[in-house]
Amino acid sequence: MEFYRSHVLVCGGTGCTSSGANKIVKVFEEELLKHGLNKEVQVVKTGCFGLCALGPIIIVYPEGSFYSLVQLEDVPEIVEEHLLKGRIVKRLLYAETIAEDNTIRSLNEVDFYKKQLRIVLRNCGVIDPENIDEYIALDGYKALGKVLTEMTREEVIDEIKRSGLRGRGGGGFPTGLKWQFTYNSQGDQKYVACNADEGDPGAFMDRSVLEGDPHALIEAMAIGGYAVGANKGFVYVRAEYPIAVKRLEIAIDQAREYGLLGENIFETGFDFDIEIRLGAGAFVCGEETALITSIEGNRGEPRPRPPFPAVKGLFGKPTVLNNVETYASIPQIILNGADWFASIGTEKSKGTKVFAVGGKINNTGLVEVPMGTTLREVIYEIGGGIPDGKKFKAAQTGGPSGGCIPNELIDTPIDFDSLTAIGSMMGSGGLIVMDEDNCMVDIAKFFLEFTVEESCGKCPPCRIGTKRMLEILDRITEGKGEAKDIQKLESLAETIKSAALCGLGQTAPNPVLSTLRYFRHEYEAHVNEKRCPAGTCKSLLQIVIDEVGCRGCTLCTKHCPVNAISGERKQMHIIDQEKCIKCGVCIDKCPFKAIVKR
Amino acid sequence: MSQCCASELNQEAKDKIYEIIAAHKDKPGLLIPILHEVQEFYGYLPFEVQKLIAEELNIPLADIYGVVTFYSRFSLTPVGKYKVGVCMGTACYVKGSDKVLEEFKKQLGLEVGETSEDGMFSLEATRCIGACGLAPVITVNEDVYGKLFAEDVKDIVEKYK
Repeated sequence: MEFYRSHVLVCGGTGCTSSGANKIVKVFEEELLKHGLNKEVQVVKTGCFGLCALGPIIIVYPEGSFYSLVQLEDVPEIVEEHLLKGRIVKRLLYAETIAEDNTIRSLNEVDFYKKQLRIVLRNCGVIDPENIDEYIALDGYKALGKVLTEMTREEVIDEIKRSGLRGRGGGGFPTGLKWQFTYNSQGDQKYVACNADEGDPGAFMDRSVLEGDPHALIEAMAIGGYAVGANKGFVYVRAEYPIAVKRLEIAIDQAREYGLLGENIFETGFDFDIEIRLGAGAFVCGEETALITSIEGNRGEPRPRPPFPAVKGLFGKPTVLNNVETYASIPQIILNGADWFASIGTEKSKGTKVFAVGGKINNTGLVEVPMGTTLREVIYEIGGGIPDGKKFKAAQTGGPSGGCIPNELIDTPIDFDSLTAIGSMMGSGGLIVMDEDNCMVDIAKFFLEFTVEESCGKCPPCRIGTKRMLEILDRITEGKGEAKDIQKLESLAETIKSAALCGLGQTAPNPVLSTLRYFRHEYEAHVNEKRCPAGTCKSLLQIVIDEVGCRGCTLCTKHCPVNAISGERKQMHIIDQEKCIKCGVCIDKCPFKAIVKR
Repeated sequence: MSQCCASELNQEAKDKIYEIIAAHKDKPGLLIPILHEVQEFYGYLPFEVQKLIAEELNIPLADIYGVVTFYSRFSLTPVGKYKVGVCMGTACYVKGSDKVLEEFKKQLGLEVGETSEDGMFSLEATRCIGACGLAPVITVNEDVYGKLFAEDVKDIVEKYK
C-alpha cells in the first residue's frame, strides 16, 4: 500500500460537483504531477461535507485546512504554497476555522459542525465512496459479520426494536416492528427494498448518503435480508440522481467482488444480492405501495393497505421497505448496541435526523442533529441565520406533505411527535427557511401545484379535490378571492385528508392548513384588502418610484427588461404600470433604494 | 395516440431495440428499465417504438402507453439537443427560480414542455435536482448553473446557440 504524507479531500457531492469539483480534482492531479508530488499527496473525491453554501470545498489533511469556494485558478496556488512549501493559503480558508491566535480550529469547534452529531453521515466527506477498502477500514461490513456469525435473526430484530429506530422517510413507523412483521409472514420468497426515491423538493439527504457512503446501505440491506429471511434486495432510486446511481453501482460490484454480496456470505450459507431500479419521475412512487407497483413495471399507482408490504409486497411476496437514512443507521446500531442509539434523542424519537437545510439561510447544506434539537438551534446556530439582515418568517418541513412553522414556534424540539402536533411533520428531512419576502399563500399554492401535477389520479379526493383547492388559491393570489374562499379551502382540506387513498393525498392539504393556522392574516389581506403583505403576488402588486429618493441616475431604465421606466437624466423617473411585469429588477438595481413595492 | 403516422423505424434502430429487450427479457418487472434504455438510445418513445416493445414483450400496447405517459421522464416527442431544466424545487422557488424560468421562456421563445422548431432547445421545469446550496439552479443537459439571476439567462443561452 502506498503511503501518502498529505491527503486532499475534494467534496464530490452533487452541489460541489455542480460547481466544478471534477475539474478541480483533475487540475490537482495535473499540478501534483508537475511538482512531482503525485506519490506523496493523494487526492480523494469524497461524499458531501454538508456545507454546500461554500462549495466547492476542499480539506487538506493532516493540517485539516478547510478551503471553501475554491476556484480552478486557486488550485496551483494550493499545490505550490501548501503542499510544496507547507504554507497554508489563508485567503481561501473558511473564516470560521481560523482561531483568534491564527491557528486552525478543528471542524468540531466550528458553529456549523459543533452541534451536529454525525451517525448517518459519519463517512460522508471522510472516505472515498468508490473504494470499498476505505469503508471497511472504518468498521465497514463488521456489523454484517457480527449478525451473520454471532446473532440469531430474532436477536437482530430485537436489537433494532430496542433501539427505538423509526422510519426516516417521513412516516416514523418503528423499523424493528416492520422487520418483525415481515419475519412473521410466511413465504417461499421474501424481499428487502430500499426507498431512495427522494422526491420532496428541497430534500437531498438520501442522495448524499448514496453518494458519500453507499456501502452503509448495502450492508444494512443485507442485515435486513438476514433478519427477515430475504435473499434479494431492490433499491428504487431516482433517475434524477446520476452520481448516486453510479456510486451505488460501483459499490454493489465491489461488494460482490469481495464476497459481501452474493452466495454464502462470510461462509455462513447466507445468500444476498441487490438490484437497482430507476424511478422515472413520479413523486407518488415514494409512497410504499406505489413504489412496489413501479418496481413491478407498472404505472406507479398506490393501492389500499392492508395488506401491508410486510404481508404482500413486491411480486406479491412479503417485503420489508425502508428508506436510505433508516438503513444507514442500522450498522451503527448493531455495532454500538441498541442502548447506545436509544440514549440519543428524545423519549419517543431516538437517534439523529439528517436535514437538508435550504432557502433563505446562510449555511445551506446538510446537517445531522440529535432528535430534540430545536429549530432555532438548526436555523441560527448551525445554519448561521437569515442572509441580508432579513427577518425569519417560517420554516417548512416535510415538503408537500408538511407545513410551515412560524417564528413563535421556533423553539419546538425537532422530533416526530412535536412536529406533527404543530401541524407540520418530520417528513424525509427537507427544511426550507423563508423570510419576510416570501408570501405564505404563494408557498401554499406552490405546494398545491406540485401535488396537483403529481397526483396519480387514482382516487377522486386527491385528483379533483387538490385541483379545486389550487383554483381557489389561484383566485386568491390574483386578487379575485371571495369571502367564502377560506372556509371552502378548509372544508376541502378536511375532506381530502380523510378520504384520499394514500399518504400523498392525505397529506396534500397540510401546506394549506398549516399556513392558514399560522398566517391566516395573510390570506385575509389577499381576500379582503386585495393586498399581498410580502409583496410577492404580482397581480396585487405595484412597483413605484419614490419621488423624494429618485435622483434620476437612469440605472433603472437601463435594466428594465420591458422598457417600462421613463425619465430624463437627473429628473424623477416613472414606471408605466401597463408595461411593468413586476420582475423587481429595478428595485435591486436602484442605488438609492427609491423603488418600492406597494 | 397522435403518433400514428410516425415514420417507420429503420432496421438498425430496430436491431438495437431488440438487443436492449433481449438483455432484460424474462426477468420480472423489466418494462421500466427497458423503456429507460430505449429512450436513452432513441431519444424519445414514439408510437412505433412502443409497438415494437409491446410485440417483443407480449404486453398489450395500451399497458406500455399507460406506463410511458405516467412517468414524466418518458417522452412521446423528441426533445431538443440542449435540454434546459429550470429547477422548481422549494429551495430554488423561494429564491426566485420562477423569475429565471420566465426569462428562459422569453429568451428561448418556448413554453415549458416545448421544443424549438430547429430542434436545438427544449425547456422543462424540473423537480428538485438536489443542488439546493446553489439555488436557484438550472441544468443544460449535464451542465449545471447555480446562484442565478434572471439577467444571467441570456449569456447561458448564447453559449449553446
